Amino acid sequence: MALPQAKQTVTEERLASLTMPDAGCTRKAREAALERLRQMGLPSRRDEYWKYTRPDTLVSPDAPPAALFVTDEPTMFHEFDRLKVVFVDGVFSPEESDELSLEGVTIDRLEDICCKDIHWAKELYGVLEANGQSPVQHPLAALNTAFASDGVAIHVTGKPSKPISLIYRHASETSDAILHHVVRVESGAEVTILENGPAASRFNKCMEIDIADGGTLHHVRAQGRDHQRRAATHMFTRMGQESVYKSFTLTVNGVLTRNEQVVELTGDDAVAHVAGACVGDGEFHHDDTVFVTHDAVNCESRQVFKKVLRNGATGVFQGKILVKEGAQKTDGYQISQSLLLDDDSQFLAKPELEIYADDVACSHGSTSGAIDETALFYLRSRGVPTREATDMLTLAFLAEAVEEIEDEALAEVIVSRLQDWLARRR
Amino acid sequence: MLEIKNLHVKLEEEDKQILKGVDLTVDAGKVHAIMGPNGSGKSTLSYVLSGRDGYDVTEGTATLDGEDLLEMEPEERAAAGVFLAFQYPVEIPGVGNMIFLRTAVNAQRKARGQGELSATDFLKEVRAKAKALKIDAEMLKRPVNVGFSGGEKKRNEILQMAMLEPKMCILDETDSGLDVDAMKLVAEGVNALRDEGRGFLVITHYQRLLDHIKPDVVHIMAEGRIVKSGGPELALEVEHNGYADILAEVN
Repeated sequence: MALPQAKQTVTEERLASLTMPDAGCTRKAREAALERLRQMGLPSRRDEYWKYTRPDTLVSPDAPPAALFVTDEPTMFHEFDRLKVVFVDGVFSPEESDELSLEGVTIDRLEDICCKDIHWAKELYGVLEANGQSPVQHPLAALNTAFASDGVAIHVTGKPSKPISLIYRHASETSDAILHHVVRVESGAEVTILENGPAASRFNKCMEIDIADGGTLHHVRAQGRDHQRRAATHMFTRMGQESVYKSFTLTVNGVLTRNEQVVELTGDDAVAHVAGACVGDGEFHHDDTVFVTHDAVNCESRQVFKKVLRNGATGVFQGKILVKEGAQKTDGYQISQSLLLDDDSQFLAKPELEIYADDVACSHGSTSGAIDETALFYLRSRGVPTREATDMLTLAFLAEAVEEIEDEALAEVIVSRLQDWLARRR
Repeated sequence: MLEIKNLHVKLEEEDKQILKGVDLTVDAGKVHAIMGPNGSGKSTLSYVLSGRDGYDVTEGTATLDGEDLLEMEPEERAAAGVFLAFQYPVEIPGVGNMIFLRTAVNAQRKARGQGELSATDFLKEVRAKAKALKIDAEMLKRPVNVGFSGGEKKRNEILQMAMLEPKMCILDETDSGLDVDAMKLVAEGVNALRDEGRGFLVITHYQRLLDHIKPDVVHIMAEGRIVKSGGPELALEVEHNGYADILAEVN
């Protein structure tokens, strides 16, 4: 079917501002992605999954300028021993990065996967993104596959002694970055990947993750709290038998953030947890869109999303659990909740379950509410001032999502960041 | 110490007068009990004194050591020395009992211009006081009142009271939902806090709590007023004859 004229125009205008990198072995995948994108068109407000989030500034030819956020606050995860992989405005920076060598893992720059003939990465690039386009389209991810200018291939073969820390620095007020990472976790291997930083004025990131049988990936992300940045991120995860994927995202401010997760449980007994805590203030729009597909027996999936919104901030959650025929003994859980600290903020949620197997336990819930006045009075009656009591209850509200992080030290860092945000009131 | 004069209170939401001229003075070192039938305004009195939203004071005053309570925020009243043991202690998922207690103790100390209690001193004190109330370490770690039994919740209230060392303790039906053993434990906790500088206002339906917490004065409240006051024998009279006789006599 031909695209509506308006959509086609937007798509072509955006494409006109992009150049496909001269990318050797990924060329075919990139051209296929471009073809997919042309068929889908870039998202518009009329698309079912873009009703609550205005895609205009994500699809415009140029990135809307975003002032750099200058702060003397310590950088995220600085307290951890980690292998730093730094990108500045979407370009890998060897000077700022650590030497990419660590036992149990091999890290290569995307542009090197061809000359180094890294088979798994060549074969993975664009594949999970392409698979993930059905039943719901992710045109910005296809755009990413076609035009990504940098990224890394992370091959986990053992249990590296420290986390891989992807750091995205923002240096130019008009930067428009497209990064694409591919990750392969081999059987029995286990890794923690950290991500932080605003990346660019506009950031489009795609990460394709293939977890083999018995592999484990922990992912903890803190998106930069720069007020003006925009980001559309996509994670496509394919999970083998008894594999584990646990992803947590903290988002603090940012004018527009759309985080998509597409998880496919293809091996029996796999466990996927996708969680997020977001706190937004004022001109802030945050969207979590999650699709979990159960295509194997006895798998568990959890989606836990908590949003605290004030001064007119908007939070969106779209989450779906699809249980395919034959995916018996599925345990699917989904909760999305917002705490609205004033009447101007809003939370829009679209939880969905689609189940074609008969022996499953799936539940979902979505709530939106204000601070519990009874609890607030209880705390105040013990002498805790209103502001401090409100903060305690706000943190308590977010706790359920933060508790999804398995590593206690990482969870503590997230909590302390949330406390900072509460204390700053911004 | 606590002085309530001609206190009139109505519900903010509806035009319903709950307290219709309460007069009550509790001196330091004394235990006053308030008894009365359902709907007489006992719990409202406790909420108004602690500063809960939803009530309009239309007339009258309430002061603690001369300070106007009604002008203060709930946390200011707490710092001034008012403590309400809730009839239904609130469950707060996600807030650890210990963190809550420590925040409350230090917030009050700060409000009074005292330094914060060190973590070690706090821990020592809370452990000793919890032990006396048979509150185990596990309970202290759990979120505030979440999954606590009725008895545990009430003991937790008394623990908070013991830690905060208020001047004026208001106990709102602390005996409700307690079995005899739990009630004894709670009463012991309360009695341990009795001293010359501290006043108590014990609100209860039944005389049995007063067997364990011996009052100096007993008041009967009905239809928003204190209709009769007397010694401990008044509670026994209620226990034997119910409220009907007293109300008839007053009317």
